[in-house]
Amino acid sequence: MSTSRLAALWNWFDSRMPSVAEQWRIHASEYYAPKNFNFWYFFGALAGLVLVIQIISGIFLTMNYKPDAALAFGSVEYIMRDVPGGWILRYIHSTGASAFFIVVYLHMFRGMLYGSYKQPRELVWIFGVLIYLTLMGEAFFGYLLPWGQMSYWGAQVIVNLFGSVPFIGPDLALWIRGDYVVSDATLNRFFALHVIAFPLVLLGLVVAHILALHDVGSNNPDGVEIKKYKDANGHPLDGIPFHPYYTVKDMMGAVVFLAIFCSILFFVPEVGGYFLEYNNFIPADPLKTPPHIAPVWYFTPYYSILRAVPPLFNSQFPGVLAMGVATLILFFLPWLDRGAVKSIRYRGAYYKSALAIFVVVFLVLGYLGTEPTTVWGQFGFDAFFLDTKDIATWVARVCTVLYFAFFILMPWYTARDEVKPVPDRVTS
Amino acid sequence: MNEQGKVDKTRRSLLIATSVAGGAAGVGAAIPFVASMWPSERAKAAGAPVDIDISGLAPGELGVFEWRGKPVWVMKRTKEMLEAIKSADSKVTDPSSKVKSQQPAYAANEFRSAKPDLMVLVGVCTHLGCSPKLKPSDDKAEMGADWNGGFYCPCHGSKFDFAGRVYKGSPAPINLEVPPYMLTDSTLVIGEDAEKKGAKA
Repeated sequence: MSTSRLAALWNWFDSRMPSVAEQWRIHASEYYAPKNFNFWYFFGALAGLVLVIQIISGIFLTMNYKPDAALAFGSVEYIMRDVPGGWILRYIHSTGASAFFIVVYLHMFRGMLYGSYKQPRELVWIFGVLIYLTLMGEAFFGYLLPWGQMSYWGAQVIVNLFGSVPFIGPDLALWIRGDYVVSDATLNRFFALHVIAFPLVLLGLVVAHILALHDVGSNNPDGVEIKKYKDANGHPLDGIPFHPYYTVKDMMGAVVFLAIFCSILFFVPEVGGYFLEYNNFIPADPLKTPPHIAPVWYFTPYYSILRAVPPLFNSQFPGVLAMGVATLILFFLPWLDRGAVKSIRYRGAYYKSALAIFVVVFLVLGYLGTEPTTVWGQFGFDAFFLDTKDIATWVARVCTVLYFAFFILMPWYTARDEVKPVPDRVTS
Repeated sequence: MNEQGKVDKTRRSLLIATSVAGGAAGVGAAIPFVASMWPSERAKAAGAPVDIDISGLAPGELGVFEWRGKPVWVMKRTKEMLEAIKSADSKVTDPSSKVKSQQPAYAANEFRSAKPDLMVLVGVCTHLGCSPKLKPSDDKAEMGADWNGGFYCPCHGSKFDFAGRVYKGSPAPINLEVPPYMLTDSTLVIGEDAEKKGAKA
């Protein structure tokens, strides 16, 4: 088989379906990305890699998993012990879930560092936030499937969040569960949503995210538009083709990522109870709540906000509302930020400090969400305003206020920030 | 548009009318899908009353029984427990059971029960549905020096007394639910009471 034969075969294909080569050019070989991408630009590609890992490991897990309240827990143990290589598949999928959130959080932080959500990339950001919310739903549905104690009581708490919505809440919760308690009906529908509905939505959103990005072009660590200066062929002077330059760079990132991923997978798949909670190795018992329940780590910042807000007017809805708004407020970031520059490199002290505080607050909320509210003890004194003496609850309240302040005060402090001059072209 | 570049209004109207009709049909087609997610007839039928033999229950011992898939707590309260309930009146949000949804009329009192010593509660926290734990009054090390005994929810830290009344400052907004029940000799029927002879929906 000579090369010309192969070329002839390709020509035969290309003349009948030229859009394959055209799409390759648009999105890879002639997609010009800024030449100054740094470390932070690995995580988008890595999120794509994790998505593929989750889909493949998930497909093979469904071959042995049984979505039935009487059989689910046993079928997961069966996968772990009796299915050849089953334990690897299960740990790939559980490690992948946490890895997904790690890379997505870093990817989102990159966007905040370099102002990648700002005009003209608002739609890229909105699709990204939709991906993040869909991912949260996907992770939540998946967590019920092993039908362990944490699966059961986690689902109980989250479904009851919807139950606290005024007027329609109780009916809404009943409709979500399909029963008066979390039961077989709930497990069965969460399985359907986890293996088909949400993955389809996720894939669609990823396509929209990438198309929207490739239409406007990538941002970069300097936050300058590379399309401003083009060569004779119309290609940006500071751009390089995504393939082969960034495909090769991302492959290097993937190798490092997979080395870390496999170390966790083979040596510490539970990561001390953070990736797989110990209570979830106990079968679900509707009559007994485990002594300490907490969601998986990637939900804990929002869980802390939920716990921090006290009930008002005989209703726990304010806490639920705060938690919901804490995620939805991300959609408005492109319009809350009135800064004249995109990148942190040229921002002033206001935004830099605000972002630093925000990161600390997010991490503290995340940590507190994994612990009981008594983790830092109680205040030694009493006062009329102390509805609870748990120190951790009060720290979470302060952090919750700061979390919202970061967004709500953003139009004010970004507009007044003393920015540095932005270079015309990328610097490094 | 026709060849002269003008909008043909009749065709446009037809287009709008058929789009609206098509949209309505689409919404109508969603009904069976949405409806299929409500509890099935089998799930509804599973809510029948249960009979419990409580003769073997020692005073102060917590019996946990299943009704409609939820834990129901039954306890013969001791004198000390009843005293603890009385002393908590000022510390709980709803001491005399004013929130009507949380108990049948015969339990709308300080002890939230038909007979003062017999406690019957749905063991599901009114915050977000976890099942609280029994914490006797000698559990002061964990619960603080002023703890008089009751129930503690491990999920979000809500505290209840031995009558299921929620302490002020808890995330839970209202008292634990008292299910409809009736007592015949040593058998406790949960889900059915003498007044209605039928379970509250």
